[in-house]
Amino acid sequence: MDNSVVIAGFGGQGVILAGKILAQAGMNHGLEVTWLPSYGPEMRGGTANCTVVLSNDPVGSPIVDSPTGLIALNLPSLDKFEPTVAANGVIIMNSSLIQRRTKRKDVRSFSPALNDLARKAGSEKATNMIALGAYIKVTGIIPLSTVQTAMTQMLKKEGKDKFIPLNKKALQEGYNALHE
Amino acid sequence: MPVDVQDMQKIFARPDSLTDAKSTYCPGCHHGILTRIIAQTIDELGIAERTVGIAPVGCAVFAYRWYRCDAIQAAHGRASAVATGVKRADPNLIVFSYQGDGDFASIGTAESIHAANRGENITVIFVNNQVYGMTGGEMAPTSLVGQKTTTTPQGRDPKLFGYPIRFSEMIAQLEAPVYVTRQALYDTKHIKEATKAIKKAFTNQVEKKGYSLVEVLAACPTNWKMKPIDANIHIAKVVKKTYQLGDLVNRG
Amino acid sequence: MGERLLLRGNEVIAEAAIRAGCQCYFAYPITPQAELLQHMAVNMPRLGRTFVQAESELAAINMVYGAASAGVRTMTSSSSPGISLKQEGISYLAGSSLPAVIVNIVRGGPGLGDIAPSQCDYFQATKGGGHGDYHMIVLGPSTVPEAGQLTMLAFELADRYCTPVMLLADGMLGQMMEPVELPKPIEIGSLPKKEWATDGAKGRDPNIVLSFDLDPEVLKQMNLILQKRYRQIEAKEVRYEETATGDADIAIVAYGTVARIAKTVVKMARAEGIKLGLFRPITLWPFPSQALRKLSEKIAMVLTVEMSAGQMWEDVRLAIAEQAETPFYGEMGGVIPTPQRILSEVKKHAG
Repeated sequence: MDNSVVIAGFGGQGVILAGKILAQAGMNHGLEVTWLPSYGPEMRGGTANCTVVLSNDPVGSPIVDSPTGLIALNLPSLDKFEPTVAANGVIIMNSSLIQRRTKRKDVRSFSPALNDLARKAGSEKATNMIALGAYIKVTGIIPLSTVQTAMTQMLKKEGKDKFIPLNKKALQEGYNALHE
Repeated sequence: MPVDVQDMQKIFARPDSLTDAKSTYCPGCHHGILTRIIAQTIDELGIAERTVGIAPVGCAVFAYRWYRCDAIQAAHGRASAVATGVKRADPNLIVFSYQGDGDFASIGTAESIHAANRGENITVIFVNNQVYGMTGGEMAPTSLVGQKTTTTPQGRDPKLFGYPIRFSEMIAQLEAPVYVTRQALYDTKHIKEATKAIKKAFTNQVEKKGYSLVEVLAACPTNWKMKPIDANIHIAKVVKKTYQLGDLVNRG
Repeated sequence: MGERLLLRGNEVIAEAAIRAGCQCYFAYPITPQAELLQHMAVNMPRLGRTFVQAESELAAINMVYGAASAGVRTMTSSSSPGISLKQEGISYLAGSSLPAVIVNIVRGGPGLGDIAPSQCDYFQATKGGGHGDYHMIVLGPSTVPEAGQLTMLAFELADRYCTPVMLLADGMLGQMMEPVELPKPIEIGSLPKKEWATDGAKGRDPNIVLSFDLDPEVLKQMNLILQKRYRQIEAKEVRYEETATGDADIAIVAYGTVARIAKTVVKMARAEGIKLGLFRPITLWPFPSQALRKLSEKIAMVLTVEMSAGQMWEDVRLAIAEQAETPFYGEMGGVIPTPQRILSEVKKHAG
């Protein structure tokens, strides 16, 4: 398996954390992984993105020309990364904030209202977990329970234990929102 | 009448901690007196086996030769940072830096102030002779207003080169230092007082009290172009007006 | 097998330093190595070791000079502009034969540059950025786990040869996360005593640490001792890795981050029928000249790829001379060469 995903959005939408959780889940699942963030001033208020590569073999390049997946939490992210997605890849675009449809005909695209679903799950802060749950559903790369465990691990490590129940629910809701 | 050596009483001797390496200092220079006082202090406190001296760049660059203890030769101005590294690596060592005015108060300004501000438990000996001796008599940050040097041939003009920096007064503004004092060596009275001050600065460290700084007004007859005796008089009559003697901080 | 952890390059270097017995760490904050400093700030005091946030890079490297003189394992870390400030201290460490580890998480330059990954400090690291006839061992990790292993090695080599050792990585390796098994901690008490250290002259003659002598003949002898040591290092410590070079018609030479990207390019090229190999120097000084020369005897096309204007390329050409074609592809300013870009360069030269 060779899966590479760019997760992108505004700073503060939790794309960095979503990527870390996916990478942790991949590692727990026995895969080789890399997680590469955008860093520095970009993280302070502007757009943020990270790239996660999951593979059966040791990962060479942690940067990818053509990711097999894109999670775009806002329009600038879709505009920037949409053209790069590999043919037959997956795009998850946040229809809560993105009004247009994808221009690509050769990818599988999904447009869940991520912010609305997050609000229903308990808080808009969990938009990133809704997105990740949805991505797991449509790609089937890792079992949802593995991702939930990785999320628990990661939040504990970062001292954010109190958000674990909300995020667990959000991952589940995101997973339920889409059909493969 | 011949005297039997057996009957003579020894009343003055080279301190054990002072080596017999040949001095590189000029006649009339105060570095020699100061070096002896430090060696004597090391003897009196019985700390030679755990003392590390930090030599600067400048006339005192060979300071590592004079003491019978471990020593490190540091980059120009960095002696207080090097002392920090040694002391943090082994807090049981007694660490002193010996720095001139160019080293301590010009190129090493940041290292000097921040070692003091961290309250490093070290002893700093700051030798202020208002001139760069080794490189050829250039202006020091401590040179007096109007002082002629090879880079201020018309005399130090404050409009162009600023005023003599009272570095110890700056250090004295900080909260951490436990002892900051300015001493001189131009007569026996002052040599005795400076000796006491240096002993206190080392004792503070032995007792883990914190940062101590002893500034010493020193003569440089060679670059001042004075006879040694006139250089001593110059400190007593002129230099002291800009740099007042005495304790600036004493929290010991 | 230890536990696999998902960690950032910067964290792994810091943790490996702790496990290598680093007792004193001094540094000044700079992006993109801040996590390294932060990891040390949390963990060194917890272990009863020394962490000092220095007032400047100059102060930090001179604190390292002091701690190294006192005989403990010590390290500083920074990124390009900060490493420039440390050059004075590095020259003194080399001149005084002191062991120390310096980490450079390289960013785009010159000047303030940017904070993106770069390899533009190769000259400074391998040719001596400070004054005087000296070298330091320079290690170029390519992955996060290797950054940990080479940090451990850096301390070992520093002690063995009484020399500063630089770990030369870049912002990408510092920032990225990858699964890693942390190296096993060494027993600090098991390290041999440093007889030359200024740790108190108890029951012995005083030790003096210095890089100085005004007598040219004496200073020449001091230099000859250094040169002799450098020849030993060149003979014993060269490290490199070859990937798919056995049947290759064309080879990439790349180190660090670019080398791992190139590994992906090797796969892509071979999928298209291009017999591409990879030669990866791990020690950048000493540079694996002989091995590369040997490789060039059977591969006629050796493409150097770097995130610089062609700094390592000079060493490649020195090693290969006229033996093979030596084209170059580089990116600057923090731009990362992607696998596709490198592949198209390969195709240009694959004929």
